[in-house]
Amino acid sequence: MNPLASLSHLAAEAPRRALLLLGLMVAVLAVAPVVLDRYLLSVFFLIFWFATVGQAWNVMMGFCGQLSLGHALYVGLGGYIGALLWVKFGISPAIAILPAMAVAMAFGAAIGWLGFRFGIEGVYFALLTIAFAEVTRIGFDNWSFVGGAAGFFIPVSPVASPVNLRGGPVLFYYVALAMMVVAFVVCALLRRSKLGHAWLAVREDAEAARALGIDVFRAKMAAVVVSSAMTAVAGVVYAFYQNNLFPSQTFDIARSIEMILAPIIGGLGTLFGPILGAFILTPLGQVLIALVEKIAGRAIPGVNLVFYGAALMVIIWYAPNGVWPWLKKKLGIPEGRE
Amino acid sequence: MSVLLDVRGVTKRFRGLTAVDTVSLSVEEGEIFAVIGPNGAGKTTLFNMIAGVMPPDAGTIAFAGERSDGVAPHELCRRGLARTFQIVRPFPELTVMENATIGAMMRAPDMEAARARAGEVLRQLDLWDRREAKAKSLTLPDRKRLECARALATGPRLLLLDEVMAGLRPTEVDRIVAILREINRSGVTILLIEHVMRATMALAGRIHVLHHGATIAEGSPEEVTRHPKVLESYLGAEAL
Ligand SMILES: Nc1ncnc2c1ncn2[C@@H]1O[C@H](COP(=O)(O)OP(=O)(O)O)[C@@H](O)[C@H]1O
Ligand SMILES: [Mg+2]
Repeated sequence: MNPLASLSHLAAEAPRRALLLLGLMVAVLAVAPVVLDRYLLSVFFLIFWFATVGQAWNVMMGFCGQLSLGHALYVGLGGYIGALLWVKFGISPAIAILPAMAVAMAFGAAIGWLGFRFGIEGVYFALLTIAFAEVTRIGFDNWSFVGGAAGFFIPVSPVASPVNLRGGPVLFYYVALAMMVVAFVVCALLRRSKLGHAWLAVREDAEAARALGIDVFRAKMAAVVVSSAMTAVAGVVYAFYQNNLFPSQTFDIARSIEMILAPIIGGLGTLFGPILGAFILTPLGQVLIALVEKIAGRAIPGVNLVFYGAALMVIIWYAPNGVWPWLKKKLGIPEGRE
Repeated sequence: MSVLLDVRGVTKRFRGLTAVDTVSLSVEEGEIFAVIGPNGAGKTTLFNMIAGVMPPDAGTIAFAGERSDGVAPHELCRRGLARTFQIVRPFPELTVMENATIGAMMRAPDMEAARARAGEVLRQLDLWDRREAKAKSLTLPDRKRLECARALATGPRLLLLDEVMAGLRPTEVDRIVAILREINRSGVTILLIEHVMRATMALAGRIHVLHHGATIAEGSPEEVTRHPKVLESYLGAEAL
């Protein structure tokens, strides 16, 4: 089916009120920068960014049931490719997202092929994803062309140039907002497609899925490839937002963990979960970082991760399926729909 | 009538145990064929080999005139062979409708068509009223019928049913017997593995009896029930 037709289907299927509410929220977010200061813009950037990568990770875990604990790999690959092409060859990040996606997909496909071909499942597959991220980190640490462990820097440009992702916090606010909306729509379309249903079947019971004519290997591969490509785009944007890349941070497992918290807390396998989770976690984490800095007089690295862990426990205690399914019940939305 | 499924001298061993011992049978297009035998006779193992879950150690299997042993389950499903699981395997967190839709996807041009096909099948199996329920909330009889619905939704030529009547009350058995007859009348060949004798006798045109992995008899229900070996090793022990 052509994507435009599916899109109109999607809109037609959603209840009017929900669509209206969604439109309203996007509209509010679209005009919000008028009243947001620099700091709040940066908080919102992080919310949108984590919602996007959470959505991407959710394709693999929430839809297809494949646990990746190494998604920082795709962020890093996307970031380095975007930064390299821009700094060394003057290629715009608007174009660089294509090779960034392609390389991330190739890595994803390699991990998927190894894991799924040889029946490495569950935690063992998760270990494989960590191993790939680690090995890649070591590779970048020792690759002098990209600065090695000393890092790679994108020069700050005096003139704003939105297509080259050069500009201030307002630019990044809108870029990240657009990214989050696109990721949401892509996932909503996938969720109701044949591929999306194949993913759900594989997640629920791979053996039964196979018996219904689903090529389980192909479905899993598609999930990794789609997820890694989406994550790589977010990686390009993040690199240009930060203007620097250090292998030890970019490919860090702590980053991988941070990326998966929003969808888990918001609701695995749901479309609103990753967004809701990011809106809950990121601001709380930022407030905490600021508080600790004030009290201790300096930043304590990892303090937000400790906090996220605690938040995770509390939320899993009260809403084991995540906040969105819980909220849905409270709002009286039937179980079978978003 | 032509042969739809042809099993030739199939053997499967698990370590020392010969679970299936040179079994041959052929299922004709359009019939209801049953494989019976006491627990541990090798029925499920034979079934799994036919469905592509595991290759036989010896012998060959052909489906619709093409060699099919060692072919992957999803590929066999594409060729028109659908199965249920003895221990039902619904997609627990998905609705009954979604379960059936996933079955229907393979042959449907798009999701719209898949849902339409799923709706048909759910009505046929008396599950339409439960379509919005999550599969995990179903009762056992409903789950068994969902198992059939999902397999049927794939549009098979041959439907393999592994003990779909086991554990059901007699009224539920009668209900499913009627449904299976209907499915068969619509042109689907059925190979069923059963433990519930009464229903099997009522349904199957031909019955194949396994004991300790080996064939001990094959024929019409009347022939099989009169067969001395069957009486001795199976019916005698478990009483009809
Ligand atoms: N995967 C397996 N590994 C080892 N032994 C098995 C396996 N599957 C079945 N068996 C053994 O093979 C024999 C036949 O089992 P099965 O085919 O399940 O019988 P039935 O379905 O007729 O009850 C049993 O003795 C069982 O214990
Ligand atoms: Mg069995």
